[in-house]
Amino acid sequence: MPDTNDRDIAVLGAGMHQWGKWGRNFVEYGLVAARAALADAGVDHRDVGYIAGADTIRNGYPGFVSGATFAQALGWSGARISSSYAACASGAQAIANARAQILAGLTDVALVVGADAAPKGFFQPVGGERRDDPDWLRFHLLGATNPIYFALYARRRMALHGATLDDFAAVKVKNAKHGLNNPYARYRKEVSAEEVAASAVVSDPLRLLDICATSDGGAALVLTSMEYARRHGIADPVRVRALSTVTPTFPKTVLDLPDFATDSAVAVEPPPRTFRSAIAHAAYEEAGIGPADLSFAEVYDLSTALELDWYEDIGLCETGGAEDLLRSGATTLGGRVPVNPSGGLSCFGEAIPAQAIAQICELTWQLRGRAEGRQVDDALAGIAVNQGLFGHGSAIIATR
Amino acid sequence: MAEWFTAEDGAVRLVGSRCDTCGTPYFPRNTLACRNPQCASPKDGSELAEYLFSTRGRIWSYADARYKPPPPYVSSDPFEPYVVAAVELEVEQMVILGQVVRGFTVDDLAVGMPVELALGVLYEDEEAEHTVWMWRPVDA
Repeated sequence: MPDTNDRDIAVLGAGMHQWGKWGRNFVEYGLVAARAALADAGVDHRDVGYIAGADTIRNGYPGFVSGATFAQALGWSGARISSSYAACASGAQAIANARAQILAGLTDVALVVGADAAPKGFFQPVGGERRDDPDWLRFHLLGATNPIYFALYARRRMALHGATLDDFAAVKVKNAKHGLNNPYARYRKEVSAEEVAASAVVSDPLRLLDICATSDGGAALVLTSMEYARRHGIADPVRVRALSTVTPTFPKTVLDLPDFATDSAVAVEPPPRTFRSAIAHAAYEEAGIGPADLSFAEVYDLSTALELDWYEDIGLCETGGAEDLLRSGATTLGGRVPVNPSGGLSCFGEAIPAQAIAQICELTWQLRGRAEGRQVDDALAGIAVNQGLFGHGSAIIATR
Repeated sequence: MAEWFTAEDGAVRLVGSRCDTCGTPYFPRNTLACRNPQCASPKDGSELAEYLFSTRGRIWSYADARYKPPPPYVSSDPFEPYVVAAVELEVEQMVILGQVVRGFTVDDLAVGMPVELALGVLYEDEEAEHTVWMWRPVDA
């Protein structure tokens, strides 16, 4: 694979606050993560030229303007700043902003921070009665919670590709094992297929242990120009090679939260790639590498079944091949291309604005060979992907 | 949400809009502008006319809710699980979500099963019985 690109940026520092239900303010999680990333990079926060915050909608104004909130918590330093909200891709949008500033030569060092304090149970629309808001309406008129959508995808896999409940359980068993030694994971406990099968059905065919929890958590990165990294004495840093935040292409023919309906394909043929695969494809194009070059992947396992969809969407196998790939052990640590070596959302839960940043923390630690207890052998390239509401999603490729 | 569907004489139809120029139908109703980027319409909303959807399709996928969802869903007390189906309409070449009429469970359904539009009671309060479109399995 080509080993350099004039759009590369360096990941000098990665940091997290352990995920869980801590009952504290999101600012604290973000500050802990930011301090950890700065310490990891050996950078004083006063040298940061740009602070990119990934927003949370559940914490009032400080959450809506998280860039400023984290900047204040760190101590106002006069840095340039941004705040980004893009549901599950919020962290990636913040990284994208930081990357653009670095590549434009406007700053050498950027700090990206995301943190959340998510409520227990089902996510629900923000308060108030809003009869023109599709996210409010899908709850009111359909009772279509997020797990309903996950279960629709799961059932479709069963009908089309012969996925079984045992396959879904095997994803949980795998990810739980991966996360056992991850100090930042919320759940660090082995799970058996029997335990998955014995857990309550939330939305048939998915059970409680098939669906990721909501969490508190924080993650941060220190990103720099390649030139700054070299001046800083790091000749061969982990680098971000590609960052895709592409939208779907009309007509989008797969239901996405909070859709009532897909686009119609009456006037235009569906695009060659679905939204999720388009996100990954754009990143591969930009990085100049393909799925065969990947050492591992971090994918957005909102449900166990959804992880199988991602195998196909990021090109680890052909459509319909995910069950065989899983059963072969290829996606388990020690296999050809481990998926979610961090333990994934299965072990972390959702702390929405932090998640895409946390994925890049894991990519960084893996590519440095420092992911103790969950290290992918000879990790050279990794991809991280997610999908959020209303057509937001991201794919990021990092290499060493 | 009376403007989303009609149920005159028991005939339930989803009400959306359709682009006069390219023929793309929209549900829920789109009044802003045709969203087909290849469409040459003026894209100022004048190209969008009211459209009544076809009433039969096949199940794309389905799922149920075993736990009480949060508001703004209005749950019965005690909570009764409900089923949601995503249904592919052949005419419009699109998938539309709806609850499945009460009395059916996921065990009664299958991907590809034909369904038709029906009227169902979403919830009742002191003011009224609030109805919504639902999908009902039918013989092929």
